[in-house]
Amino acid sequence: MNKPLNKMAVQATINGEPTAFLCSPGQVLADVLRDELELIGTKIGCNTGDCGACSVLVNDRLVCACLVLAAEIEGQAVQTIEGVAEGGVLHPVQQKLLEHAGLQCGICTPGVVVAAKALIEHNPNPTEEQARYWLAGNLCRCTGYDKIIRAVLDAAQQMREEAAV
Amino acid sequence: MSIQEFVAPHSLSEAKGFLSDGAAASVLAGGTDLLVGVRLGTRNPERVVDLKKIPELTAISIDAEAVHIGAAASAFSILHDSDVPSFFPGFAEALDLIGSTQIQGRCSAGGNLCNASPAADSIPALIANGAQCLITGPAGDHQMPVEDFVVGPSKNALKEGELLVALILPRPSPQTADAYLRLTPRTEMDIAVAGVGVSLTLDENATCTAARVSIGAVAPTALLVEAAGAALVGTQLDAAAIEAAVAAARQSACPISDKRGTSEYRTHVVGVLVARAIAQAQARIVEAVS
Repeated sequence: MNKPLNKMAVQATINGEPTAFLCSPGQVLADVLRDELELIGTKIGCNTGDCGACSVLVNDRLVCACLVLAAEIEGQAVQTIEGVAEGGVLHPVQQKLLEHAGLQCGICTPGVVVAAKALIEHNPNPTEEQARYWLAGNLCRCTGYDKIIRAVLDAAQQMREEAAV
Repeated sequence: MSIQEFVAPHSLSEAKGFLSDGAAASVLAGGTDLLVGVRLGTRNPERVVDLKKIPELTAISIDAEAVHIGAAASAFSILHDSDVPSFFPGFAEALDLIGSTQIQGRCSAGGNLCNASPAADSIPALIANGAQCLITGPAGDHQMPVEDFVVGPSKNALKEGELLVALILPRPSPQTADAYLRLTPRTEMDIAVAGVGVSLTLDENATCTAARVSIGAVAPTALLVEAAGAALVGTQLDAAAIEAAVAAARQSACPISDKRGTSEYRTHVVGVLVARAIAQAQARIVEAVS
């Protein structure tokens, strides 16, 4: 494998931490996260933006990391699945996915968690239909989606109740 | 990937320099077509020019005459961080039909237009609303109607070194509303079998004074069906007028047959969608003025 010599130095904030890395001009964010930064929680499924397994937030915007060039995130803030749980305490979306058995093989799960957390931050009280549309880009071949949707709506409800206290 | 160089200019003049020095350059807005094309080997740029650091390319502004949408503004920012949906609910619904939440976080209306897919959802909605393309290039700036911008499947009218800067939509009067409808086999994450954009203006007697009807996915490019609009103007959108508009749209359609539908099916469906989109735009005006 000949690696191009024209590496770019990029500085960004990843899960709140100032981070510097080298990437080639055509390298996508998903590959940099996994191969350069060892943040392997972000999964790669299709590599063409169809499956959502590589969902991350860039400046709070939900995107597929396979369709972002790593060089684009210079100076920007990226949040990955590794930044979701706080100090070992699972996020309500993660906890509810466990309780509702909203996962089997787990490949789609990091993307689902990142996308569902973004949904609840965007819309704290989503309807089932809104949740299904928001998560339409997160493909899951195990669960049939129903348990995922139930878990997400349950997590949203719990977060609303906690916010109201 | 073949990409050898990544640049993110901060001004239009800097960007034009990167696009006109002979390098095989591609502009990057959301990348949802470009990076997929690079992955599949259908696009082979040596240089990628990221447009999102250029203020004109991402700005969304609304003045007394028009709504200006930077060509690289993401669908998500148009839908959720701007007032565009309140002016053009049909255009907004078209953007909201593109891809997933993740894709909408990146994809742009300008990119959807430049990519020039026959089935692009936002293009009929832009044509219905009389949108203009603001283009800059080595010879200066000029404007072009959206219906003239797409010249064939995956082909747009940009010349060497030119760049789509913004989409300019005339600000609608309170008596004007748009609608966009499409048919897909799935409810989301799918490509149109047929799509229809309509914009109507009614006077105080509910008589139609202006109408534009555009059809997508039923010809090599989205089409402005002038005869369909003309069939509606001067009427109260009675059944005969709508039937005439439907017939004009079906007359203009020349679809292919593929796995999404036969030519006959698409021609039938585009007429059904024309009638429904007219009814929806009309209902929006009635609701807005009541």
